[in-house]
Amino acid sequence: MGVVWKGMAALAVTVAASIGGAQAATISISCGAVGQELQLCTDGANAWAKATGNEIKIVSTPNSATERLALYQQILAAGSADIDVYQIDVIWPGTLANHMIDLSEYIDEETVGQHFKAIIDNNTVDDKLVAMPWYTDGGVLYYRKDLLEKYNKQPPTTWQELTDTAKEIQDGERAAGNDKMWGFVFQAKAYEGLTCDALEWVDSFGGGTIVDADGKITINNEKAAAALTMARGWIGTIAPEGVLNYTEEESRGVFQSGNAVFMRNWPYAWALGNAPDSTISGKIGVSALPKGGADGKPTGVLGGWQLAVSSYSENPEIAADLVKYLTSAEEQKRRAIQGSYNPTIEALYKDQEVLTAVPFFGSLYETFVNAVARPSKVTATKYNQASSEFFNAAHDVLSGKAEAPARLAELESKLDRLSRGGRW
Amino acid sequence: MSTATVAVAAQLQEKPVKSRLTRQRIRYAWLFVTPMLVVLALVAGWPLFRTIWFSFTDANLSDLQVAEFVGFDNYVYLLSDPEWWNAVWNTVKFAAISVTLETILGLGIALALDAHFRGRGLLRAAVLIPWAIPTVVSAQMWGWMFHDVFGVINHMLMALHLISKPIAWTASPDTALVAVIIVDVWKTTPFMALLLLAGLQMLPGECYESAKVDGIHPFKVFWKITLPLLKPALMVAVIFRVLDAMRIFDLIYVMSGNNKDTMSMSVYSRQQLVDFQDVGYGSAAATLLFLIIAAFTVVYLTLSRVGRED
Repeated sequence: MGVVWKGMAALAVTVAASIGGAQAATISISCGAVGQELQLCTDGANAWAKATGNEIKIVSTPNSATERLALYQQILAAGSADIDVYQIDVIWPGTLANHMIDLSEYIDEETVGQHFKAIIDNNTVDDKLVAMPWYTDGGVLYYRKDLLEKYNKQPPTTWQELTDTAKEIQDGERAAGNDKMWGFVFQAKAYEGLTCDALEWVDSFGGGTIVDADGKITINNEKAAAALTMARGWIGTIAPEGVLNYTEEESRGVFQSGNAVFMRNWPYAWALGNAPDSTISGKIGVSALPKGGADGKPTGVLGGWQLAVSSYSENPEIAADLVKYLTSAEEQKRRAIQGSYNPTIEALYKDQEVLTAVPFFGSLYETFVNAVARPSKVTATKYNQASSEFFNAAHDVLSGKAEAPARLAELESKLDRLSRGGRW
Repeated sequence: MSTATVAVAAQLQEKPVKSRLTRQRIRYAWLFVTPMLVVLALVAGWPLFRTIWFSFTDANLSDLQVAEFVGFDNYVYLLSDPEWWNAVWNTVKFAAISVTLETILGLGIALALDAHFRGRGLLRAAVLIPWAIPTVVSAQMWGWMFHDVFGVINHMLMALHLISKPIAWTASPDTALVAVIIVDVWKTTPFMALLLLAGLQMLPGECYESAKVDGIHPFKVFWKITLPLLKPALMVAVIFRVLDAMRIFDLIYVMSGNNKDTMSMSVYSRQQLVDFQDVGYGSAAATLLFLIIAAFTVVYLTLSRVGRED
């Protein structure tokens, strides 16, 4: 009898400790592991676990977004309850909506209303709030402040300026003895990251967004071809040929070891580049990605990650509480200061502590708010195929296997077939 | 399983009129074989059957229940897809070049290890290390060694003045497949060497002794004695490797992902099945890959049987 009483007492304590009267549970959450993501995610989730008396299991996932989605789809297609909370990309709500619960049932409207409306709209599929915004992303241009000063250059505002500056500094530094110096690194492996990079080039030239909001395929135009031809010219001249197999972390590796003047990457690279163990700490500047030409526009693709709760979860209520905690203003502020992850809560962009840690959150506010979205909404479940066709086309042009105009015409006909004449 | 089946077959041939005892033994033989057949049917037969079934439907990974029968549509589309043929061509190139190199190098190493010298056992074990490392690990390791900016391979080649500027091994369309083949040869040559070494040790010593007595040149001994006698073992080793190489996936996927320059048939099937969620179409690709490998095996078995009858 004694054992039973002890057991019941323990149960009572646990129940009392958990918030909202729900029983203590083990919640597993999938976290990305790019840069310091995993550490920040673990710390945040553990803080929640400590406060609520629940337990946390961290599932780390592949760095490549393409592979991560594939993994999720296999787990979700099997109806598995192994992962309760999923970290999902800004382009996935449409694809994964069927497998996720409606978070608006657990999180009040006022809390949801603090976040950028554009992202909430993006995460709402058929009136269902599929995911809560965790951090947003926009492609930005990193440059070496010290090198630009040394050669008396300004941060470039057009791609042509970037090309010239990169070439001059690269040649100068090589002559001075650093023969590993390159002008510009970015992401050009045949994967989702290349879709982001190439879309930025195309958009900066005013070449549209591959598929427009009505589903019409717009990619086969002169401006898009000019953008890709320009990028082709970088390979082997200011960018190492290896970029054709680089993802975010490979490009950061080259830039952070001091071997590149410019880098296109997401904001997360700021905190890591300025960490005490970084060779270029304090020597980094950040600006918006350049314009295509005099009549182009500065650009940056919309990225960012959301948290969603699986509808196969055994504890949806507790999992939703974890999501609420991790996406709260307090937690987003911590992540912004420690890891330079962009908050999705507007008020934090005026927070003095955040702006001191990451000054460009203030100066590039407009870029983040007006970031160009990939056509995931209109292409819906076919987005992955469309994106794959696009990055393969871009990869072919970059690696010199095809000329941009001809390859874009081919891409158009492929997308046309894929979408059955733009109906998607 | 095979021993029992052979025993059953042997008894059937010997005694056309079955005694009670024989019948009982046959019953027992089947009893022992059945669990194995059931397990095989479950773990090999059922998935294979399901894949073939899916290949005739338009099944989608997000909901497998709503698949509709579409006949040969998937196959027709597959055979008209240039990317599929690109994958087939990549796989064939990869298999032909890597297996040829592995056979030549493996034979050389096997001959060297067959000689008598001190520390032979230790060396034989050491040679197997590349084969023992999990492919994903060695692929990632080589990926870093091949890195264009801080990779050790470029560093060494530059230091030796063999190249004037770094090569982007895994990125450049000209070298991506070469890099994959280099790693595969590094990894699988020990396996080849071991199979051939086992064959070499089975060869009768008398031939070599009489060759020695007659004072035959070692090269002639190799061409006229070793190679013909080793042929069965060599053929088995080559067919093993070819079948393995035709379904190459892990090495290529880790080193260059879905890059079309190195995409093999397996990588293509996976992309369709998982990335694009097109289970029907991806299954058609997987089934075709299975048929190609099966056809290969049948051709080999037929050829080797014809050779034996001569």
